[in-house]
Amino acid sequence: MYRKLGFFALAACLAIGLGLALSASAATGDGGEGPKPPFGNPHSANNTADHSKFEELQQDFKSGPEVTKACLSCHNEAAEQFQKTIHWKWLCPAAKPEAKLGKAGYVVNNFCININSNEPRCTSCHAGYGYKDKNFDFSVQENVDCLVCHEQTGTYKKFPPGAGYVVKEPTMFGGKEWLPPDFAKVAQSVALPTRKNCGTCHFYGGGGEGVKHGDLDASLYKPKWDLDVHMNVDGENFTCTRCHTTVQHAVAGRCYKSTPLTDRRSLLDSDLIHRITCYSCHSDKPHKTDAKLNDHTDKVSCQACHIPEFAREHSTKMSWDWSTAGKKNAKGKPLVIEKDGRHSYNGMKGDFVWKKNVVPEYKWYNGKLTYLTLTDKIDPAKQPIEINKAHGSYDDPDARIFPFKVHKGKQPFDKVNNTFVVPHLFGKDKNAYWKGYSWANAIQTGMDYVGLPYSGEFDFISTEYMYQTTHMVAPKEKALSCDACHAPQGRLAKLTGFYLPGRDANGFVDYAGWLIVVASLLGVLFHGLIRIASSGNGKEE
Amino acid sequence: MSQTPMKKIYLYTRFERFWHWAQAVLILFLLFTGLEVHGVYAIFGYEEAVELHNLAAWTWLILYIFIIFWEATTGEWKQYIPTTRKLVTVAMYYSIGIFRGDPHPVPKTERVKHNPLQRLTYLGIALVLVPLQIVTGILYYFYNDWAVLGIHMKLGTLAAVHMFGALMLLAFVIVHVYMTTTGHTIMAHIKAMISGWEEVPDTPEEKEA
Repeated sequence: MYRKLGFFALAACLAIGLGLALSASAATGDGGEGPKPPFGNPHSANNTADHSKFEELQQDFKSGPEVTKACLSCHNEAAEQFQKTIHWKWLCPAAKPEAKLGKAGYVVNNFCININSNEPRCTSCHAGYGYKDKNFDFSVQENVDCLVCHEQTGTYKKFPPGAGYVVKEPTMFGGKEWLPPDFAKVAQSVALPTRKNCGTCHFYGGGGEGVKHGDLDASLYKPKWDLDVHMNVDGENFTCTRCHTTVQHAVAGRCYKSTPLTDRRSLLDSDLIHRITCYSCHSDKPHKTDAKLNDHTDKVSCQACHIPEFAREHSTKMSWDWSTAGKKNAKGKPLVIEKDGRHSYNGMKGDFVWKKNVVPEYKWYNGKLTYLTLTDKIDPAKQPIEINKAHGSYDDPDARIFPFKVHKGKQPFDKVNNTFVVPHLFGKDKNAYWKGYSWANAIQTGMDYVGLPYSGEFDFISTEYMYQTTHMVAPKEKALSCDACHAPQGRLAKLTGFYLPGRDANGFVDYAGWLIVVASLLGVLFHGLIRIASSGNGKEE
Repeated sequence: MSQTPMKKIYLYTRFERFWHWAQAVLILFLLFTGLEVHGVYAIFGYEEAVELHNLAAWTWLILYIFIIFWEATTGEWKQYIPTTRKLVTVAMYYSIGIFRGDPHPVPKTERVKHNPLQRLTYLGIALVLVPLQIVTGILYYFYNDWAVLGIHMKLGTLAAVHMFGALMLLAFVIVHVYMTTTGHTIMAHIKAMISGWEEVPDTPEEKEA
């Protein structure tokens, strides 16, 4: 009898459990029965058009610009909108054009230094066609590349040294075969950009995967939960544009002169804001259970604690020394030394240091980064030269403690004029460094091309170039603990201008206080010893 | 020294003993966690140390309010009225007489629990040091609201004052604990603070007083 009862109880439990599990899975299914989109959930379900059915896209396209023409026949404002953005201009729209603030201008870094005279090798990441030299016509609408950001087949690949074009016939480059796309198929696949579209360029900045940023690399195509809690493929599966909200093709984000960081409104204040900052969605009181943590948001960026390390899946380049470039192997080709799957030396480029799980450097940062450009004087006595610099201090209400990747470099400069120089690296001519391996020729050619003074004498100089670390936000379980900073030798050991409990002390007060404590201790010890020694302690029983 | 006849007097009521020991535990615990917050060592971890420190601090504040209420309503506050009478004598006793085995110049009675030195010290603790720690501690806790409260001070200044107060309390604890050994036996005073009954010399003068 009891045994039967037990059986029924067990069966009932199982049935209830199964029912709960089923309803739970239905609840978390997000309404989507099919497989999850691999490169991000679309953030808009408001599609009212199927591009594969448009007649305009049923053509036998021969080139990218032809596709663009077809796109523009309906989206007649798109090119005009896009041509105002930094993605097209490669100059910060917030800066005056004569400041030439951007890749297309005088901005220098310590990776491939500057694009002038090297365009075809760099502009495969320009969302356009034919930016092969400084005479590129930025007004031609058909030269906008719609596909690189919108196509979803994964078969449209701009040829690395192709100035933005895809190949016309199968071509070998970098040990891979590059194929011409089926333009009609590619054109019909268009949708809002996914992580794949953005990552095609932004995960490969600096000429290779993971080179530049440390918080942007190919591991973010399909990130795991603990790499990026928002883009996690098994979780929210954010696309880039979920935060980099886009209005009329202008993608929210930082450029050389402008920052979104100082806009501290959240969606609760206005539903029309960009969702570009953490505040936008999380507000300035994001911690539900610990009020003391919220007390930090006026001085500490979210990123500082929630991105405990960058380059957590793939390594990132931390140092690039151009001065050692030029070594050849026995076959007369540039020498390549590999370490942990990355080049630690490449005869074309010099010595590299790659690192994984890097602890960022922390600086006061109010969103303003200033840049030394080709026309600025540099002081060789003050090496390493900070090519860009974060602004802000403890007393600046806009500034927060912010994590940075600092990339160290050694690059050529004009040692008479004390300016940075542009080496002509890529090209079919002998003056290109990667053909003739003469720095003298490469620099002279580069400087002639850009039209800036050059003394003819160069040397190498140590530099630093920094990137704010803002992607790869870890789940809260993996955020930094308090003692990462609140400790005598914590992560903020070098950050000055304020009192940090656990790290700082008033030396004089501590000294005086402890002196009194020790004096008290010695006093009572001394007193006690005399009591023991003297006859006066006869009171003992 | 001849054996003085002793008698037991009930000096410390139950609540008085409770607050004394609770306060002792809280002060030691606050010192222990506070020094970790100050970066002297790492035992609980900073976050845990801060939370425990705050918890102990709020507990002490509540206890302190009860103590003040108790002192006020029982009239025991009178035990802390400072006096200079026999102050020098007591000081002389602890500097010289104690080594000779002299009797204490101010034996404890129900009416006079504390000698003049104790009165001065305890009053200083209760009216200066503890309030200083409470005020600086609360200000430290509400550091983020200073701007709203109109307070213009560097956190480092406040932290230094709080730290100095803490070290003064530590110095007091050291001397205080040592002084408990100066009764007619090493443990006599401590036993009294546990049971409430203090053994005092049964002298005729006492009875007259």
